[in-house]
Amino acid sequence: MSEGQLVGGVRKVGAVTLFLLRLVAQCVPALGRPRLIIAQVYNTGARSLIIMMLAGLFVGMVLGLQGYTLLQRFGSEDVLGSAAALSLLKELAPVITALLFAGRAGTALTSEIGLMRATDQLTAMEIMAVDPMRYVAAPRFLGGVIAMPLLVAIFGVIGLYGAQLVGVQQMGVDKGVFWSQTQGAVGLREVTEGLTKGLVFGIACSLIAVYEGYTAERTAAGVGLATTRTVVASSVLVLLLDYVLTAAFLK
Amino acid sequence: MSSPATGTTAAPAGAADVVFDVRDVDYAVGGRPIFAGLSLGARRGRITAIMGPSGTGKTTLLRLLTAQIRADRGQVLAFGADLANLDTREIYAMRQRVGMLFQNGALLTDLDVFENVAFPVREHTDLPEPLIRKLVLTKLQAVGLRGAASLMPAELSGGMARRVALARAIVMDPEVLIYDEPFVGLDPISLGVIQRLIKQMNQALGITSIVVSHDVQELCSIADDTFLLSAGKVAAAGTPQELKASSAAAVRQFMTGSAEGPVPFAYPAPDYLAQLLSAEDA
Repeated sequence: MSEGQLVGGVRKVGAVTLFLLRLVAQCVPALGRPRLIIAQVYNTGARSLIIMMLAGLFVGMVLGLQGYTLLQRFGSEDVLGSAAALSLLKELAPVITALLFAGRAGTALTSEIGLMRATDQLTAMEIMAVDPMRYVAAPRFLGGVIAMPLLVAIFGVIGLYGAQLVGVQQMGVDKGVFWSQTQGAVGLREVTEGLTKGLVFGIACSLIAVYEGYTAERTAAGVGLATTRTVVASSVLVLLLDYVLTAAFLK
Repeated sequence: MSSPATGTTAAPAGAADVVFDVRDVDYAVGGRPIFAGLSLGARRGRITAIMGPSGTGKTTLLRLLTAQIRADRGQVLAFGADLANLDTREIYAMRQRVGMLFQNGALLTDLDVFENVAFPVREHTDLPEPLIRKLVLTKLQAVGLRGAASLMPAELSGGMARRVALARAIVMDPEVLIYDEPFVGLDPISLGVIQRLIKQMNQALGITSIVVSHDVQELCSIADDTFLLSAGKVAAAGTPQELKASSAAAVRQFMTGSAEGPVPFAYPAPDYLAQLLSAEDA
């Protein structure tokens, strides 16, 4: 990496951090406008439900199939419930939800805000003495932050059902054993870990999506590039943060 | 919101009569100077036209006036206050006294026409819903689009979008209206309508108007004062008649729209014949 790239990278991190501070400062007044935030929770959360639930179901089913085949070799297919529950709640649900969120909701946020910038809508707000950070950016950021943990929880539940569908209904693991194993393995700590990851990923993905849209170049190509950057940066950051959080929770 | 200053020109002295005052301003982008020693003023209750060829920084000037950018040198005064000394809150307070019409309307695409016009009212006041309704319908009636209240911005033609944007710009009863290229890309009918509206807003409501455009004929028929920008400063100023009668070459070229004159038609390029004959495509 050349020196110029390094300086550029550091500068970008600084710019995003400053943007986050401005955003958080605007989140307090934005909380006084719950309707705007609810609209965004609907936009980013509710509209992502179908894809999240489908993904959760299939991930859970694969988990059931792979887990059963693997565990059967050691004659311990009875622990399928706890294996599926732990991997889903602690890792797969938050990470896959976040990656899908970046692709589904993050890109929509970036291109929407980028186009508002390109068509002077944000400037028009400023001239009307309305801060677009407060009216546009903060509600969308908060909407994403609220929606992500909820999506993670739904993903986890559906995934568990998918694992049960294959493991119990198809492969013949005892139903009672499956659920009691699940119950025994999952405590408050595991749920907290999954939801904390969801919250952190929600902050990261929403921040990047809103930042890229807000700072997008005011052309069609500029908005396209910004959308791409949203997916790439969100995905990498989610995987990196996942490692950091996992390490922190193991302590 | 009330509009205390409309119509009543009980200002004490000459300086207070100038709503926007640009004094000897320099502004450069990336080392390229846009303005060098620019001075002009917009007087209360009048229509001030700012003309100039493309690329003379007309839009940049509007950004200076509305404090979106700051001058490198010199002063920009709005309502007698130096914009450089205002904090964000004061700038927002200043902008509430100003309405601006954007070239493409800049309507909020997720709100319908009614909500677009109601937007500034909802953001800045706590008026009861029936009052907001009446206010918005009045303004829409003024631009002839009361019937279009439930349409979305995507369903409007260019001329209609600009009229809705005009209704939105006047809904808070501003003292000043700024128009950015209001005539661009309009059919003759819409153009005439916009022209008449600008004149009406000025005469009926007493709104000080600043119109930035390069459409000489349309502008000259409504303007009281005109400034012609060229090379980063005011090349000529006066009434439209004075500018039309001007003998200065740059002014003549612009007012008559001829390709030959001090402003070159062609972008600087290497010698034509030499470039055609060069073996570059080998």
